Amino acid sequence: MFDLIRNFFTALKALVKGSRTYYIWVGFLSFLAILGGGAYIVQLNKGLIVTAMRDQVSWGLYISNFTFLVGVAAAAVLLVVPAYIYNFKPIKEIVLFGEILAVTAIVMCIMFIIVDMGHPERVWHLLPIFGTMNFPRSLLAWDVIVLNSYLCLNIFIVFYVLYKISHNEEYSMTLVRPLVILSIPMAVSIHTVTAFLYNGLPSRPFWNASILAPRFIASAFCSGPALMLIIFQIIRKISRVEIDNKAIFKIAELIAYAMGLNLFLFGAEAFKEFYSGTVHVAPIKYMYFGLHGHVRLVPWMWTALACNVTAFLLFLSPKKREDFFFLNLACVLVITGVYIEKGMGLVVPGFVPGTLGEIYEYSPTDLEIMVTVGIWAVGALFYTLMLKMAVPIYVGDLRFSTSKNEKQ
Amino acid sequence: MRIVLILIVMFFFTLLQPIVVVATHEGSHSNKSGESKVERDLPKYFVPPPPFSEGIFPCSDCHADMEVNPTRRKLEMFHTNIELKNHAEDQRWCLDCHNPDNRDVLRLASGKLISFEESYYLCGQCHGTIFRDWKAGVHGKRTGEWNGKKVYRLCVHCHNPHQPRFKPLVPKPPPVKPIDIR
Amino acid sequence: MNEKKDKLTKERRVSRRSMLKGMAAGAAAIAIPNTSDASIWDAFFQKHFREMNSSEVSAVIERLEREYSEKYKLPIEVKATKAIPGVKFGYGLDLSRCIGCRRCVYACVGENNQSRNPQIHWITVLTFKEGEKWVDLEEANKYYNPSKVPEPGHFYMPVQCQQCENPPCVKVCPTKATWKEDDGIVVIDYNWCIGCRYCMAACPYGARHFNWAEPGIPKEEINKSTHYLGNRPRYKGVVEKCTFCIQRTRHQPGRYTACVEICPVGARKFGNLLDPDSEIRYCIENKRVFRLKDDLNTNPKFFYFFAT
Repeated sequence: MFDLIRNFFTALKALVKGSRTYYIWVGFLSFLAILGGGAYIVQLNKGLIVTAMRDQVSWGLYISNFTFLVGVAAAAVLLVVPAYIYNFKPIKEIVLFGEILAVTAIVMCIMFIIVDMGHPERVWHLLPIFGTMNFPRSLLAWDVIVLNSYLCLNIFIVFYVLYKISHNEEYSMTLVRPLVILSIPMAVSIHTVTAFLYNGLPSRPFWNASILAPRFIASAFCSGPALMLIIFQIIRKISRVEIDNKAIFKIAELIAYAMGLNLFLFGAEAFKEFYSGTVHVAPIKYMYFGLHGHVRLVPWMWTALACNVTAFLLFLSPKKREDFFFLNLACVLVITGVYIEKGMGLVVPGFVPGTLGEIYEYSPTDLEIMVTVGIWAVGALFYTLMLKMAVPIYVGDLRFSTSKNEKQ
Repeated sequence: MRIVLILIVMFFFTLLQPIVVVATHEGSHSNKSGESKVERDLPKYFVPPPPFSEGIFPCSDCHADMEVNPTRRKLEMFHTNIELKNHAEDQRWCLDCHNPDNRDVLRLASGKLISFEESYYLCGQCHGTIFRDWKAGVHGKRTGEWNGKKVYRLCVHCHNPHQPRFKPLVPKPPPVKPIDIR
Repeated sequence: MNEKKDKLTKERRVSRRSMLKGMAAGAAAIAIPNTSDASIWDAFFQKHFREMNSSEVSAVIERLEREYSEKYKLPIEVKATKAIPGVKFGYGLDLSRCIGCRRCVYACVGENNQSRNPQIHWITVLTFKEGEKWVDLEEANKYYNPSKVPEPGHFYMPVQCQQCENPPCVKVCPTKATWKEDDGIVVIDYNWCIGCRYCMAACPYGARHFNWAEPGIPKEEINKSTHYLGNRPRYKGVVEKCTFCIQRTRHQPGRYTACVEICPVGARKFGNLLDPDSEIRYCIENKRVFRLKDDLNTNPKFFYFFAT
């Protein structure tokens, strides 16, 4: 009991004590989070009327972010595969940070779903046993299950490993390895199920393309690792964590392949739509050329495409991707490109033109953007605090006491 | 004794059988084994009375003492507001439908006289398919109960018999555009 | 056997619910003031409509009637009339007659207590230019506003819930808050809907509408005769849709829907698909009918036809 209290304070101290930059960073994020929280309270009071979503485009920025973040969460697996299956040492050591990112991303996903709901207090209706989960018919029920399982799995791995290290104990590979290996199909499944969520709606021809799930996976394997590359460099800079360049370059190489595949799949989809030229071409035409004079998405979509192509070329050349300027540039381009393509560029065209042919040009309201920024701030804060604990444990600065190791 | 009786019954039944079969077969042809018939019975419910212009009925109030002029002509003294339009005006004229001898009733082509309450027979002479649809409840407005008392309207409740084309209406306001819903 | 199992799961569910109830009530007692009002908690813990027995349903209805009368200062009756056995509702719409006057849209709004502000219309009337292709609906216009209708060279197509036999909205609902009743009407439990709007994405007919804000209805325009699954006043944050005027039609004898009753040209037909003598059966058997987006295999019970 005494240990527990003491360890709690040790942990608290680890979180509270930090450099000036740390305080500024945490303060900044908290400010954004509070702003977002305030905006959300307004939304709760007035209803989703404060967003730009309407019957014609009934999902918007929130669900776009959700989709993007599921991809980020799934991409943690890209690190796990070489680390554990091929035993690629340099990556193995940083898997932990990837998994913390996955946990963060899923938490953010859940927040984005909650803020999108008309009745968040009824969320328990979704649960099995307590509520009436429509499993297995509804893909949203599947998504609830896989996302939460993936979250639990990653939380368990992260906390188990950190706990063991922080108590100077060896973690059991016989326990961790099967869980880590299990997380690989789980990661693929969270993103596949999310893709199927859209895919299974024949009323929306833009989503009802079987290429959607592979495209989701491919783009996730670009954006997730790109985000991680940037985070790893920051971690390496501000802490004593050593991350081998080899690991970073390997991940960059993997991003190049994933982006190549992503562009190929996009090309396949674009060919099919434009060449056949049926009525189902309307959404993709809306995205890249505009429809009946409605062109709001056009500049965004071309920006995304340009980002993705440039990043692909940069990552493809070993010389460029091993130059940190170009590497980071390419990472930013990938994140931007995929965020547009898989966020608004995926959700909005599903609704434009609407099922009755109506074109409503959605563009999020300030309040919607505030809530979104707030959730991103909460996510960043969560990840920062997690790292604030995990990094010292990882490098050996932070240790918890138990009666056992005290005796030793 | 009982056996004999049964045998006799069976014998007659055997005789009858081909007839019975033919009958049911025919029945299924015309009636698609109990499904709905094309030709329906007359409806049971109406909205009486016919929509006469104010003070115009009974016609006999004026016409009883007037002599019938069977010449086709443009009316200049009375009923000047009545104009046959979009209703085969070249082929027809007042007395093709209005009974010359007793103006309080209508006259079918067959010479049969009908009341204004039964005017659908008159319209049905030419508009056979519409008459059929109307009887089935498919042409025209229906109110009341879908499984009970159905309220029918006469043709003339919606169509002016002299100018039957439906008059354009002022539409109700369009929906609010999503951009204006706040 | 199955029944027993069903009952068991139900009991277990109930007991776990009461456990959850205790937990949440405890937490909320700290978090939210004003918990003295028991009806908030009754509403929060209200069960799924189809999982309630008849006494629970009547308790809920009593509470709802009380809430509505407090809110609207009017006695509002909430029925829970069950489907009539042997009835499957079908609808016919004569495209050769419709003149696009939108009388049906507003009759529906009044009958079904749709929000006036923000505006919700369960019926959308589309107009097409004659001779234009209309399969993709992209050429359709629902905001037409000429001085008189029909406009020459145009035709009109009202669209509302098609009451699919194979409804995609029901399939995707994560909480089973929407389902198809025995008489074929697709309904929503407004107290169970979480407002995720997945059904709106799934509906090929734009038939589902969301209460983006608290529905606004002038008190004097409220229709006081309502059905739990139909036109009772809705809440902010739930989805709603046409229910073939469930509050009118589910009676013996039952009235025609409001849209049928108002239509000045008699373009709208309604009846029992299982009754060979019904108007709708006559349409299907004797007219050329088609269903909107039949290729999606939603199997609508809403038939468009051309009587001439």
